[in-house]
Amino acid sequence: MTSFRLDQGGLIDRNAPLNFHFDGKAYSGFQGDTLASALLANGVQLMGRSFKYHRPRGVYGSGSEEPNALMTVGKGQEQESNLRATMIDLYEGLEAKSQNAWPSLKTDVMAVNSLMSAFLPAGFYYKIFLGSANFWLLPEYFIRRAAGLGRPNELANEDDFQHHFTHCDVLVVGAGLSGVAAALSAARSGASVTLVDEHDKLGGQGLWRESSQREWLHEALAELADYPKVRLMSRTTAWGHYDDNMVACVQIEGDPGAPLPPHQPRARAWHIRAKRVIYATGAIERPLVFANNDRPGVMLAHAGAAFAGKFGVLVGKSLVVATNNDDGYHSARILADAGASVQLLDARVEVSEALQDSLKGSNIELSLGQTVLSAKGGTGGVTAAEIGGLDGRSSRMVNCDGVLSSGGWSPSIHLHSHTGGKAEWREDLQAFVPGKRLQEGVAVGAAAGIFSTQEALNSGWQQGICAAQDLGHSISAGQAPTLGSPSLDTTPILPLWSNPKPKKVKGKAFVDFQNDAGASDVVMANQEGYRSVEHLKRYTTLGMGTDQGKTANINGHALLAQAQGRAIAEVGTTTFRPPFTPLTLGAFGGPHVGEAFAPVRRTPMHALHEASGASFVEAGMWKRAEWYSRDGEDMWASIKREALHVRRAVAMCDVSTLGKIDVQGPDAQEFIQRLYCNGMKTLAIGKVRYGLMLRDDGFVFDDGTVARLDENHYYMTTTTANAAAVLAHMEYHLDVVWPELKVRVASITDQWAGMAVAGPRSRDLLQAALPHVDMSNHGLPFMGFLDTELAGLPIRVLRISFSGELAYEVHTPARFGPQVWQALSETGKDFDLMPYGTEALGALRIEKGHVAGGELDGRTTPADMGLGKMVAKKKDFIGRLGLLREGLSREDRPRLVGVIPADGRSRIIAGSQLTEEGQVGGFGKVTKSLGWISSAHFSVEHDCFVALGFVESGALRQGQTLFAASPLDDQHLPVNIVSPHMIDPQGERQNG
Amino acid sequence: MMLIPCPWCGERSENEFTYIGDARRQRPDTSALDVSDETLKAHSDYVYLRDNPKGWHQEYWQHTSGCRAHFKVERNVVDHRIRASVKADEELPSFPEGR
Ligand SMILES: [Zn+2]
Repeated sequence: MTSFRLDQGGLIDRNAPLNFHFDGKAYSGFQGDTLASALLANGVQLMGRSFKYHRPRGVYGSGSEEPNALMTVGKGQEQESNLRATMIDLYEGLEAKSQNAWPSLKTDVMAVNSLMSAFLPAGFYYKIFLGSANFWLLPEYFIRRAAGLGRPNELANEDDFQHHFTHCDVLVVGAGLSGVAAALSAARSGASVTLVDEHDKLGGQGLWRESSQREWLHEALAELADYPKVRLMSRTTAWGHYDDNMVACVQIEGDPGAPLPPHQPRARAWHIRAKRVIYATGAIERPLVFANNDRPGVMLAHAGAAFAGKFGVLVGKSLVVATNNDDGYHSARILADAGASVQLLDARVEVSEALQDSLKGSNIELSLGQTVLSAKGGTGGVTAAEIGGLDGRSSRMVNCDGVLSSGGWSPSIHLHSHTGGKAEWREDLQAFVPGKRLQEGVAVGAAAGIFSTQEALNSGWQQGICAAQDLGHSISAGQAPTLGSPSLDTTPILPLWSNPKPKKVKGKAFVDFQNDAGASDVVMANQEGYRSVEHLKRYTTLGMGTDQGKTANINGHALLAQAQGRAIAEVGTTTFRPPFTPLTLGAFGGPHVGEAFAPVRRTPMHALHEASGASFVEAGMWKRAEWYSRDGEDMWASIKREALHVRRAVAMCDVSTLGKIDVQGPDAQEFIQRLYCNGMKTLAIGKVRYGLMLRDDGFVFDDGTVARLDENHYYMTTTTANAAAVLAHMEYHLDVVWPELKVRVASITDQWAGMAVAGPRSRDLLQAALPHVDMSNHGLPFMGFLDTELAGLPIRVLRISFSGELAYEVHTPARFGPQVWQALSETGKDFDLMPYGTEALGALRIEKGHVAGGELDGRTTPADMGLGKMVAKKKDFIGRLGLLREGLSREDRPRLVGVIPADGRSRIIAGSQLTEEGQVGGFGKVTKSLGWISSAHFSVEHDCFVALGFVESGALRQGQTLFAASPLDDQHLPVNIVSPHMIDPQGERQNG
Repeated sequence: MMLIPCPWCGERSENEFTYIGDARRQRPDTSALDVSDETLKAHSDYVYLRDNPKGWHQEYWQHTSGCRAHFKVERNVVDHRIRASVKADEELPSFPEGR
């Protein structure tokens, strides 16, 4: 195979060869190569297959704009797909694979899609849905297999990723000439500066375009590196600009599979908060649109120049370069100086003499008023081009091994656009430049539409000083350097959006290579009524994909404008949204994976539960003991044993996760009164009361208990799930609604441990543990509490019951939790005490008909839950007016009921709908739902599954048989509606 | 990501705060046990109705992961600029139209 590598030139190290594989074949390149430049140096032009038609494609650009050369790089867990070969730095042992082709890149049987292209028009996916109901399933089946990008890696990535946060006075994005100038003048003025660039080296094209630029860049970067307040970051993409100048960046330390320096992560995500942002993001060249402009060997003129200048790779020996602007001359000159013979076609009929003179002494043949009409070639590259005038006539074939085009430059205004900044069309440049801005960000150089080298540098220098001075830094930065080469007399760009197609030439003229959207698709979309750029994007997918139309958008939008006979400024451009380029997801996850994904909350007694064989369930961030296994038991055996033990003897459950709120202040009583819908005024010191809290709209928000510790001091509990929300609700009303109330609230959830001791023998146990306290019904009646000591530790004993049995809760400061639990366990040995988990807890409360999360779903009123009598009549409270609404007091609202299976053994599925018909669903059949099952569990008392649910006119339906329908489980279970209080309806056990 | 000026803590990153909503709506006095139609209407508006202006918006935020205080800010919902921030019981300054 011929080598396309030049003997000299470029920023590569010819003394550092690197071996790599592409599709299993061995190649070599040099340190400083990208994967794309190394492949080109080895004569590999075919690098991918297109998304829809599977057309063979080569590399089109030389940087992050690349639409075609997407590859899968790395092995095993590090493998990543859809990476741009132009942005992967070559390393020893790199393994890359092509994508979207089978069995191979050269012979891709899916290329049949290309022959079928007439059947895959613009808006194909939309049109297919207009057909008969099931027709779309067939093509969908094939398209899913044929179309696509690389396959995601299904292995977990073990690499290290980090998150970093920093701030600076001035953030400069892009380290080309204008960016380096801005960074240097700002740093000299005294500002702290961060300079980021997506490439491996800072300096941009100046590093290889001209020696005077290179020398100045080296000096400037060396000076910047010496400032203590300057941070220089290469391989760092500023991918999103957010509010208040927060710029998100990802810094790649090593591409997938690349060796990393010790203790370095694969990538870092940076959040940089800058007082001023300078966009020195440059511009992106756009191609000319001509027939078969997607053949391997066709690329952007600048890309060809970059491969020669930066990597010492000549993309062809005999090249056709077509342009409509001055920059094509620069690229042609670089290619000719590197040794190619170049036919330069300028679509403009007249250009300045200076421009023509710039070609003097080079191997370039210039033809004015000419352009390329079609490229000829296949998987092996380009063999010829058909060239001619813009009228499409008098065309001729010329042999060549590469066709390069420059259709003008589009400033990279993405970051400006992210923050809501407008795009402004410049007719003289035929480009959108940053318009009205909403953030402290300003563009310089090519990003601002300033393309001449010296002027671009000057603009960076000026804005660097302005930014620093704005922030009060006043050291003089001196004059901007002069880099010689005065700018040429420029000849304006000729708008050229689509070249005429020669007769007899088949093949599309592509606008968006990655999405296979051609000029004809734009015209068709417009004909079919998709007239806005945003609609065009959705209909043709132009501008979508991993490159987001970086090379395609302007051509596409201009063609749309042309088709409508409107100005481009009128048609506008689509909105740029972050991220600027595709990013590795690992950087977003950062260190927050596995155990570090979210904080874990463990109760003070967690270790004791582990020692007792507990299985844990995640409840919010909490780990709660779900059940405790004993030798040989299965889950159900454990749960039933624990639940039965509460009913028959005594057991203990960790309830530390309950929300706990301390309420103090002279108006605490009044506040508590307003907070709960039931009366709290008569709650005496030393007593505890169940409380129901509503939202302002009248629906139940949360329930819990309130203990009055003192005249102006209350101790509240909330459900585990709502602890934070209830606190915020209270704070809102104190801060905003009733600021006149003198009350303070504080969360003390973490400061207190709690354990429920429940069962008929609970009193005996506590009496034995607390011989100095009168635990009789007289000494501590139902809904009373007292503060005392257990083994010298302070405890609070509250006589409250969730299970319906005689029960207590023992609360103690968190640090004493384990000792109190152990002390009770020790005394409990004489009473056969055992621990019980949240499953048994749930089973017991369902039997008893106590409501919890499943019932407190934000749609239920107190009356719905059979608690209507609790609602106070003679006080104001949050939700009182909401409850007055007609819909909330209707008698036929779904009301709480108990539900038991008619056969006495089947399991009721929570979430089932309650219906009158045995069978529900089926095609076109509507079954009325009368209600639903809110929670279900096994009842040890009834020895069968039971449930709570809501059903229309609840109480009136007791005794009826309905069906609990869960179509997803294919279950339609006959159930009997009963009272929700499925045990001890009079409450004799808990009160006794 | 916005920087939000808490009147107690100064400028802090948006992710420390919780958006609460329209600071101009006011919960009517509901203390009278007999509820008039006007009160009912005012309460219903308070619970359900929100303005959705394009431009400046007075709103409550809570410094949830900070001092936990509620406070008022005036924020432009188009570009997220904040031009004033005061404690919950203070009045936001008035600005000339169109600023
Ligand atoms: Zn604060």
